[in-house]
Amino acid sequence: MSLLEMREIVKEFPGVKALDGVSFTLGAGEFHSLVGENGAGKSTLMKVLSGVYPHGSYEGDILIDNTVRSFRGIRDSEAAGVSIIFQELSLVKELTVGENIFLGKEPSRFGVINWTELYHKASHLLRDLNLDIDPRVIVGNLGIGQQQLVEIAKALSKDARILVLDEPTAALTESEVETLFTILEKLKSRGVGMIYISHKLDEVFRMSDRISVLRDGRTVGTHSAAELTKDKVIAAMVGREVGDIFPKPEHEFGETALDVRGLNVYSIDRPDKALVENVSFAVRKGEVLGIAGLMGAGRSELLMAIFGAWKGKFSREISVDGSIAAISSPADAIAHGIGFVTEDRKRFGLILEQTILDNMTLAGLKSISGRYVCNRTRESIAAAGPMKSLRIKANSPLTIAGTLSGGNQQKVVLGKWLLTHPKILFLDEPTRGIDVGAKQEIYAEINRLAKEGMAIVLVSSELPEVLGLSDRVMVLHEGRVTGEFTRSEATPEKVMAAATGSY
Amino acid sequence: MDETIKSRINTASLRAYVMIAVMGLIWAYFHWATDSIFLTPRNLSNLMTQMSVTGILAVGMLMVIVSGNIDLSVGSVLGFAGGMAAWALAAGYSLPIAIMLAIAVCVVIGLVHGVLTSYLNIPAFIVTLGGLLAWRGAVKWLLSGNTIPISDESFKAIGQSYVGANVGWLLAAVAIGFVLVMAVQRARSVKTYGLGEANYGGALLGSILPVGAIIAFIWVMNSYEGKGVPIPVLIFVVVALFGAFMTTSTTFGRYLYAIGGNADAARLSGIDNRRNVLKVYMILGALTGLAALIFAGRVGSATPDAGTLKELDAIAACVIGGASLVGGRGTIFGACLGALIMASLDNGMSLLNVRDFMQDIIKGSILVAAVGLDMAGRKQG
Repeated sequence: MSLLEMREIVKEFPGVKALDGVSFTLGAGEFHSLVGENGAGKSTLMKVLSGVYPHGSYEGDILIDNTVRSFRGIRDSEAAGVSIIFQELSLVKELTVGENIFLGKEPSRFGVINWTELYHKASHLLRDLNLDIDPRVIVGNLGIGQQQLVEIAKALSKDARILVLDEPTAALTESEVETLFTILEKLKSRGVGMIYISHKLDEVFRMSDRISVLRDGRTVGTHSAAELTKDKVIAAMVGREVGDIFPKPEHEFGETALDVRGLNVYSIDRPDKALVENVSFAVRKGEVLGIAGLMGAGRSELLMAIFGAWKGKFSREISVDGSIAAISSPADAIAHGIGFVTEDRKRFGLILEQTILDNMTLAGLKSISGRYVCNRTRESIAAAGPMKSLRIKANSPLTIAGTLSGGNQQKVVLGKWLLTHPKILFLDEPTRGIDVGAKQEIYAEINRLAKEGMAIVLVSSELPEVLGLSDRVMVLHEGRVTGEFTRSEATPEKVMAAATGSY
Repeated sequence: MDETIKSRINTASLRAYVMIAVMGLIWAYFHWATDSIFLTPRNLSNLMTQMSVTGILAVGMLMVIVSGNIDLSVGSVLGFAGGMAAWALAAGYSLPIAIMLAIAVCVVIGLVHGVLTSYLNIPAFIVTLGGLLAWRGAVKWLLSGNTIPISDESFKAIGQSYVGANVGWLLAAVAIGFVLVMAVQRARSVKTYGLGEANYGGALLGSILPVGAIIAFIWVMNSYEGKGVPIPVLIFVVVALFGAFMTTSTTFGRYLYAIGGNADAARLSGIDNRRNVLKVYMILGALTGLAALIFAGRVGSATPDAGTLKELDAIAACVIGGASLVGGRGTIFGACLGALIMASLDNGMSLLNVRDFMQDIIKGSILVAAVGLDMAGRKQG
């Protein structure tokens, strides 16, 4: 008899089928890992389970104890014993450990909290997990690792029988990971069913009874861990043909355009934690360097630091066109001919309430429009070029950027950087969340720019995209380079193996 | 493309038209309720003079608000600068020195606020709330709690005199000439950049409204016993034109909207957010100094409580004029119109002998209602 059963779950977003008939089961005391590439549908599946996407917004059934459940929200799923620990902690940093554990269900009488009981229960709970944490300590004063463990204590205080852990070790040190696994062993022996989501295959194989692989919103397979090897899992994760959707025109590379030596990037919150360690690479004119890696591998941080935009500590030596370049701000980087199509266009790329024209001319404003005084006519003429060549579909350049489709918004960000006439272009997730047609157009543009001699650094979570567009692929895993492949060497299996740290 | 530009101008201007209509209604009501006193040249001249201090502050405040910041200290800084000028005169320094001192002090105060806000990351609200208290304390200290009368007639003239009817017409001629030259140039640039034929007829047609407004304004001001445009109003108009130019036609102005609209995107586009925020506080400082001189000149003295609550008038003017306190949105025109609406309410209610507590209640309610209606309209749009 299974504790949890999810049957044929289908979840659609406008234009995308995020889950296409996924089934999943979990027994009491079972440790079931869920693996897959970024965007394979793992998080969506867990959001369906937890009621974040309420009953009715998806198709299929969720059964707990063989009874069909229809959760309207997180409260319902928690009442049924489901508890999720998300990647981003959901603790209130200003409150104490005890307050956090009992947040929303404080032991009270007529609305007056019984603090003695609260802290008594909290310390009991923590001791039960062998955690040496004072429940009266403010959560913000704890390290990230201990916070993570408090989060688990909080989940257990709700009598969770199904515990979902989404990348729980991303921010933990090795000894903290050990503590976590000791606790998980204990929970397992008590009959708590656990769904473990991780990119780190070592951890996945450590405790799993079964492993399920998701790809493109479908279950590729569910097998007992004993039957599987890392290689088999990797093959299942990538398992698709990188066909001719990426016609790669042959052309010659020029001289080295960008050379980065000894790049180190440190976490903003924890200046002692390195997110990128001692990375060096070079890109030549006309070359597309792909940077592959899973979430949290340090890819965006790497680009941000080279561009002078990382808010934390970093160190590196950069040469542009063979001479040392001092880059300490985005303005410096732009002056050296570097453009940066940032990830998350709504957060980093666009000013949503402004027009296409205003957005496109922003980065190159002084050279396009005038050093101090703007010339709108010159701006219109300059923007008309990319509007046309990138085929931005809008009534006019004066359409508000926020009203455009994702694909067109992405093209506006690309257009903004083309108007700075870069020699080196960074692209961070340039096709995330946009439709297939717009993707193809952006691919064609990348190939065209490379052919014209631009040096391009491409970061993407979509493996076929990286492999199809890049002349060379560099793979990051936990901030270190774990593999580098030429276009002919790079296979999905090799890259994924390097990305999961098992190459 | 032509059609969509027009439709955009219409949506953007719709707000302005609504505000002008609302102001028309307020004026019509006061004119009727005061037995035709409100819309006389005498009262309009007073009204414009009354609004000029708030209007100048609102222009600077708007730029700060657009960048996503706020300044609560302008009222206190205004008092302090006025005190500095009066103190300098009393100490025997010449008038130009006193004027320079008042403005320089305000620019330095703006610099300090800007550094604390943008380089030390202390929230603008807190920095300027501290400034609100500290600079008020400073002026009380400087004046030892006393009022210093200003005897220098030239200083008083900044707040009290008029440019004279003939000078008024001369200014009108210059302004009209400028409007026409700009219109023709804009029409010509269309041809220069190969976007089509220059439409000079249309350009002249479009100039009718501003030209008419200039003539009407000078005529009304001159009708008040032939005095002409009050100096404070003239300064305000120049400041408003400066502000409109800065916000719409300079890279600095565009950067302010970008920083307020999405600070991360602006930073990643190579904009130095910190330096631009610093600059905008210094500009507000300079304008506060200017306003302080007008205020002291008009009152004829420097008092320890000069400018109290002026910051709220300036912020209210911006908000009524459509600025968003989150940043990224607002126009100089809107802020000036907002200042005019606030001044009209003050003036009209005083003429009607509305008790002062009632005036505050009504002004407060109108501020909240204006923003409420604006939000409702935005949601629908």
